[in-house]
Amino acid sequence: MKNKFLAGPYLVWMALFTIIPLVIVLYFALTDSVTGRFTLSNLAAMKDYLPIFLRSIWLAAISSIICLILGYPVAWCIAQTGPKVQRFLYMLVMLPMCISFLLRTLAWVAILEDTGMINSLLGRIGISPLPLIRTNGAVILGMVYNYLPYMIMPLYTVIIKIDPRLVEAAQDLGCDHAQVFGKVTLPLSVPGIVSGITMVFVPAVSTFYISQKLGSSGTTLIGDVIESQFKTAYNPNLGAAMSLVLMILIFICIGLMNRFTGDDDEVMTL
Amino acid sequence: MKKVLSALLLAVLIIPVLLAAAPKAAAETVTINVYNWGQYISDGTDGAIDVNKAFTEATGIHVNYMTYDSNETLYTKLKTGGSTYDVIIPSDYMIGRLISEGLLEKLDYSNIPNYQYIEEAYKNTAYDPTNEYSVPYTWGTVGVIYNKKYVDEADIGSWDLLWNEKYKGKILMFSNPRDAFAIAESRLGYSLNTQNEEEIRACAELLLEQKPLVQAYVMDQIYNAMEHEEAWVAPYYAGDYLQMLEVNEDLGFYFPEEGFNFFIDAACIPTSCTNKEAAEAYINFLCDPEIMAENLDYLGYSVPSEAAKEYMDEEAIANPVAYPDAETLARGEAFLSLDQQTNQLMDKLWLTVKTSGGANYLLYGGIAVVVIAVVLIVILVSRKKRLARRRSGYTR
Amino acid sequence: MRKAAKIVTVIIFVFLYVPMMVLAVASFNKGADISVFKGFTFAQYKALFEDNVLLPLLLNSVIVAVVSALLSTALGTAAAMGIHRMGKRARRLAMGVTNIPLTNPEIVTGVSLALLFAFVGTMLKIKNVLGFVTLLIAHITFNLPYVILSVMPKLRQMDPNLTEAAMDLGCTLVKAFFKVVIHEIMPGIISGALRAFTMSLDDFVISYFVYGPTFVTLPVEIYNYTKKPLHPKIYALFTLLFIVILLVMVLMNVLQARDARQRREIAPLRKKVRQ
Repeated sequence: MKNKFLAGPYLVWMALFTIIPLVIVLYFALTDSVTGRFTLSNLAAMKDYLPIFLRSIWLAAISSIICLILGYPVAWCIAQTGPKVQRFLYMLVMLPMCISFLLRTLAWVAILEDTGMINSLLGRIGISPLPLIRTNGAVILGMVYNYLPYMIMPLYTVIIKIDPRLVEAAQDLGCDHAQVFGKVTLPLSVPGIVSGITMVFVPAVSTFYISQKLGSSGTTLIGDVIESQFKTAYNPNLGAAMSLVLMILIFICIGLMNRFTGDDDEVMTL
Repeated sequence: MKKVLSALLLAVLIIPVLLAAAPKAAAETVTINVYNWGQYISDGTDGAIDVNKAFTEATGIHVNYMTYDSNETLYTKLKTGGSTYDVIIPSDYMIGRLISEGLLEKLDYSNIPNYQYIEEAYKNTAYDPTNEYSVPYTWGTVGVIYNKKYVDEADIGSWDLLWNEKYKGKILMFSNPRDAFAIAESRLGYSLNTQNEEEIRACAELLLEQKPLVQAYVMDQIYNAMEHEEAWVAPYYAGDYLQMLEVNEDLGFYFPEEGFNFFIDAACIPTSCTNKEAAEAYINFLCDPEIMAENLDYLGYSVPSEAAKEYMDEEAIANPVAYPDAETLARGEAFLSLDQQTNQLMDKLWLTVKTSGGANYLLYGGIAVVVIAVVLIVILVSRKKRLARRRSGYTR
Repeated sequence: MRKAAKIVTVIIFVFLYVPMMVLAVASFNKGADISVFKGFTFAQYKALFEDNVLLPLLLNSVIVAVVSALLSTALGTAAAMGIHRMGKRARRLAMGVTNIPLTNPEIVTGVSLALLFAFVGTMLKIKNVLGFVTLLIAHITFNLPYVILSVMPKLRQMDPNLTEAAMDLGCTLVKAFFKVVIHEIMPGIISGALRAFTMSLDDFVISYFVYGPTFVTLPVEIYNYTKKPLHPKIYALFTLLFIVILLVMVLMNVLQARDARQRREIAPLRKKVRQ
């Protein structure tokens, strides 16, 4: 079993079902939908969709940051409790993810709609309906709601690993709470922050369901467009080109993010 | 632990065997894949007939029933390939397109004796002039559905209602390009089958102008939104209006004065079909006058067969929404299959309409600057760190 | 600061569970409309048990989840062991490949697999290539990295001398492998398998691109359904599912707690053995 060839079947599998499909995406992105000849026009058409790319990135980035701001205290609080409570709370964070995210998003629709729960309550006390749904805010809410657990999990894993002696040492050396947090806890949780942001940003930037349900006709995201090219407006070549660009964008973002951790990993091992 | 492991291994070994055995077991019963519009068959709700169940009882053939929400979705599914469908029910223009692209099988009408009950008016149509590929299922019209509680009677009558600022955010619109462009075309007085690029671009402009007022571009979600009054105005198919009316009595309907689309939906067999005879049996079953009558009583769409009318609810046949008078019908225009160039142009413009708007370039420019700044800082900092580390390494 | 963090935590937990409460309430609603409560009834639960559409679809989802979890666990565990033994460069490459499905947006994975299957379908002239097998392949593909990521750390923690010790004590290579290695990394395998199972049970995006008419899973059907008014029995189904999952998780928690206690008791003994 010292055999590294145990990984053979896996590598073959990944080559067949991960690498080759991506090559096919590249092929489609570079061919014309009608003639099948080589063309750059699909990629050139991306400039028309620049606002959509920017909008997707913008909304996903805001959601990631909100997730971080909300998720950090939660992860920290969970890490402070006793082991039994900790396990239970961690489970509570995971649990919503086991229920169909389509239905949970739909529940938000029922809450936020013009004729939905909040607005009918407001209506009863005489306030005219607020524009809650079909706004950028609703889309961000949907993203934060759906992907918050992905932020909390890695943060929690990193925070519980922080050696309490380091915190004590900092306190002994005269740091107050804020300084301990800023100089010890926060820097040590950077790997968790990076992986949390990645885990929120990637699904958020490529979502199509959330924007379809909670967004308006003006909040079309890149995921919507890709989905429509493969499902309703038969143009897989354009869809493939968008997928390719999206993928490259995300790899660049993750590469940049890993520069943060890459350095800090070494700091941590010192 | 050993037990768990051996159970796991056993499962891994057994599963492929089971998988190999599964198709054999399924082969005993014939199953056809039927791909139809959503909410487009009587499925047994409210005591109406369950057409698929009745078919299985009558023939022993099982029906695997699936739905799509627009002709374009159906077209994409067929073009993408990978799935077999035995019976599909596209609309006229799409049948023409599918025929011209060689995606339909010719039918064997000797297996569909009930075709005789279909009225002559729905045979020899423009999309299938030689009656080789299709058997009419229903016909119908597109009109405007509105909620009488919120919409002023003075505002109705024409397509202008869909461009009325008063109902901003409460207007729904078709999400498929053909139906959406048709509305703009009839509002501008063009033919619904225009292939003139300038006219189509003018329509796109008009749709773009409408966009800020539109709550959403949808198809079957119109049901939900109109029924519980999330939206007040929507163009949709007349038959579906009658279904919605049963849930919400405040809904009204009218045929716009500028003109509207008149369509025929017909059953066809795509080339991906695996069991043509069973598929033809299904189509034949749909045309059985009694079945058709019960089915269309539930659907509210208009029936293409006099023989079936005899079994139908008298009130339904007298309904002016499903069976408008000749004068109204004269304003209707059927879709024809457009050439590829026009289809491409329309798809492209429609995507532009759907994706435009909400772009705040100043904001996005700002974001871009910030992003680039962050990238530069990251690169600089990491380089500095590396240099510092290298230097400290040397001195150590 | 501690207090503020606690308040935020409580609010977030409420926030996470609000939609679940909405679904649960909707499952007891007389009317079909989720946002208007028209009175209390068990009718939706009754309808659910008489239903012959949703339950077979749920079964389909469970079948795919179980089979893909088992296969990806077997394949992934073997792969993790192989990668563990690799040289630095090869390992880097293998982990790079593992990272692709993890970092790729689901929609891109789905789209790329859909294109692959359509391509293979036209090459081999199979008309109905999309179905159970394609769904299974897709699920295994996105499950594999999770299994590897949960097994790898356990392998790293394992004492490399353990196998040799077992063999010195008379075990054959194979026996030592099963008795020692598998035993040591079992928690990783189990958590990987569970993760794979849950991921695949609720997967919508990738399944949506590779499902075929012959085999539809519940999330895909819910998506198709939500274009039309949703039947409230779906809420009943998910309320029940929620309760089942809650119970399973609580049970697992208790078991884990017991396991952890045992481990703590055994740990000193082990240290002694090693010395």
